[in-house]
Amino acid sequence: MSTTTVTRPSVAPSGPTPGRGGEPSTWERVRTWAPSSRYLPVLTTAALFLGMFGVGGLRYEGFTDPQVFLSLLLDNSFLIVLAVGMTFVILTGGIDLSVGSNVALSTVIAAKTLEMGWSPYLSVVAVLLCGTLLGTLMGLLIHYFDIQPFIATLAGMFLARGLCYLISVDSIPITNPTFQEWAYKTVDLPGGYYVGYTSLVALGTVAIAALVLARTRFGRTVYAIGGNESSAMLMGLRVAATKVGVYAISGFCASFAGLLFALYTLSGYSLNAVGMELDAIAAVVIGGTLLTGGRGYVVGSLFGVLVLGVIQTFISFDGTLSSWWTRISIGLLVLVFVVVQRLMTRRQS
Amino acid sequence: MPETLTPVPETAASPPAGESGPGRPSLAARVAAHHLLWPVLALAVLLAVNVAASPSFLEVRMQDGHLFGSVIDILRNSAPVMLVATGMTLVIATRGIDLSVGAIAAIAGAIACTQIAGAADQGAAGAAIIACTTALAVCVLLGLWNGFLVAVVGIQPIIATLVLMVAGRGLAMLVTDGQITTVNNDTFSALASGFVLTLPIALVIALGVVGLTALLTRRTALGMLIEAVGINPEASRLAGVRSRTIIWTVYVFAGLCAGIAGLVIAANTSSVNANSLGLWIELDAILAVVIGGTSLAGGRFSLAGTLVGAIFIATLARTIPTIGIPSEANYLFKAVVVILVCLLQSPRARASLRSALTPRSAKGATA
Repeated sequence: MSTTTVTRPSVAPSGPTPGRGGEPSTWERVRTWAPSSRYLPVLTTAALFLGMFGVGGLRYEGFTDPQVFLSLLLDNSFLIVLAVGMTFVILTGGIDLSVGSNVALSTVIAAKTLEMGWSPYLSVVAVLLCGTLLGTLMGLLIHYFDIQPFIATLAGMFLARGLCYLISVDSIPITNPTFQEWAYKTVDLPGGYYVGYTSLVALGTVAIAALVLARTRFGRTVYAIGGNESSAMLMGLRVAATKVGVYAISGFCASFAGLLFALYTLSGYSLNAVGMELDAIAAVVIGGTLLTGGRGYVVGSLFGVLVLGVIQTFISFDGTLSSWWTRISIGLLVLVFVVVQRLMTRRQS
Repeated sequence: MPETLTPVPETAASPPAGESGPGRPSLAARVAAHHLLWPVLALAVLLAVNVAASPSFLEVRMQDGHLFGSVIDILRNSAPVMLVATGMTLVIATRGIDLSVGAIAAIAGAIACTQIAGAADQGAAGAAIIACTTALAVCVLLGLWNGFLVAVVGIQPIIATLVLMVAGRGLAMLVTDGQITTVNNDTFSALASGFVLTLPIALVIALGVVGLTALLTRRTALGMLIEAVGINPEASRLAGVRSRTIIWTVYVFAGLCAGIAGLVIAANTSSVNANSLGLWIELDAILAVVIGGTSLAGGRFSLAGTLVGAIFIATLARTIPTIGIPSEANYLFKAVVVILVCLLQSPRARASLRSALTPRSAKGATA
């Protein structure tokens, strides 16, 4: 293996011999491997997550127990799904402020329809339809009437919150056996560990979204719009359908996250998820997605959520820190990432 | 001017009577073209709904030398939004946005209340004054921070202020130690419930700030410079405008306004709950600014419009329970208002509306 490395320089000038001099050897590739700069933000976030997990393991006993990680997934499954939808929107250079209210609306609709005796499957369909419809409407407003995403989704936020209150001001418990089964169902892993169904569903969402973004025409158009919308339009890409679609996806993800949240709390309440849109945006930013759009990965957002989750785990393990430190540290993290993003884009331009 | 007059024949049906001369812009045409027409009309409709629901709505009576009545109440309640929206108007005029004002208001309330609660003599007027001054000084610092991120580091305003929006409430909780801090200080609570010259102090403060801002921006070149920066910061910099300083200043001003609003809100209940004080007030303020006809694209602003917008929001909050809808549904109506206002501002929607309305010009005016 090492001999090829030695001979390579002498072979290279004499002419390309296919198979030997043209391609560096495996060892050479391993030795000089550097991650593509595209993946750098995601890797940074992943490293941050691992580092924080490691520091937690050094400071607190039992922190590195795999079950802590699995609970992290379980406790943040709804946020993961929410961040997936938000990633799509932010990749096009937009923003969706309505997702928190959409989550609350979904929990309320689910709880109310179940209370009225609907079949759980019908209730799930109703929730998903409502959320997707809300997202689609906002997308239509944004694209066809040139209303800024920020304002249109602000209206969506008010609308969803108002509908919540209209349906029910009080918290409604969910007693449906099917929902309870979904909520408590776990998959046993070797070693006595277990993972909840909702976390698997959330990871599945991430996988599907990553596939859509990386392998489909729709995904490429999303990146193209974020890069430069006018160019995307001039290239003849389906900008209108994609832009509306992105908000529809965000609405769908928000209602789906709402279902997971309803399973998590087994209730529907109109004051649920106040400010959760901020957490989702923060997760996406920490995950390395550029806020001006065009660059970023869903996997980054997953790590972003996990980082937020670790902060919370830190605080609960520590016991002396109060929960408001979560908000302060999230704010600081967002700041750091935003400033780094700014410096990176400044260097390129 | 002539271009704006073309749609007048369709829309001029509603404003008060006035002969439309063929050549020069008539009174009716000028009213119809005025940017305050729609906000004022919407407010009038809302007031009419109130009067229809309870005929004594507009009654204002004198009691113990103070003015009392629903209208005065609404004006008093609109003071915080008025204050925040004044700062927001200037920020939006520079094509920015400040999402952190709610958090800043919470921090101001938290600092003021903790200071008063910790003072040697809790009821003393001096304690209240010192506490309020400290709180406002901190708000100026927070405004400086936002301005630094936007003007110097060059982060998009919505993201730069998001940082403080997320972290701010945590900071306010830190100040109050997570407790709901209650204070007992007459001078402080007078900020919200007191009267001066028969008018509520909160309203006088808000109007004072709006008036001062209007004076500064419209009687000096400041307003024009702000608008110039909003249209194109780079071009105005090349033209000799200190765009960086101006952008920085408006964020500091927005922080200060939010701080005053936070003090008024905290004084209203003589307590501070860092989690809920000023929650979503940034959205109300943006709504007020948008209703007032200030474009979110920057470069043009109307303080009078913002004033009308803030009063509109307070009136809406009052109207909904009056006509028998649960007050929580407030948000639903706000959403409808946001969408309607944006559609009215959107050139595309206007064009399609116009083409839809040309065959029959009898409808309109209530939107």
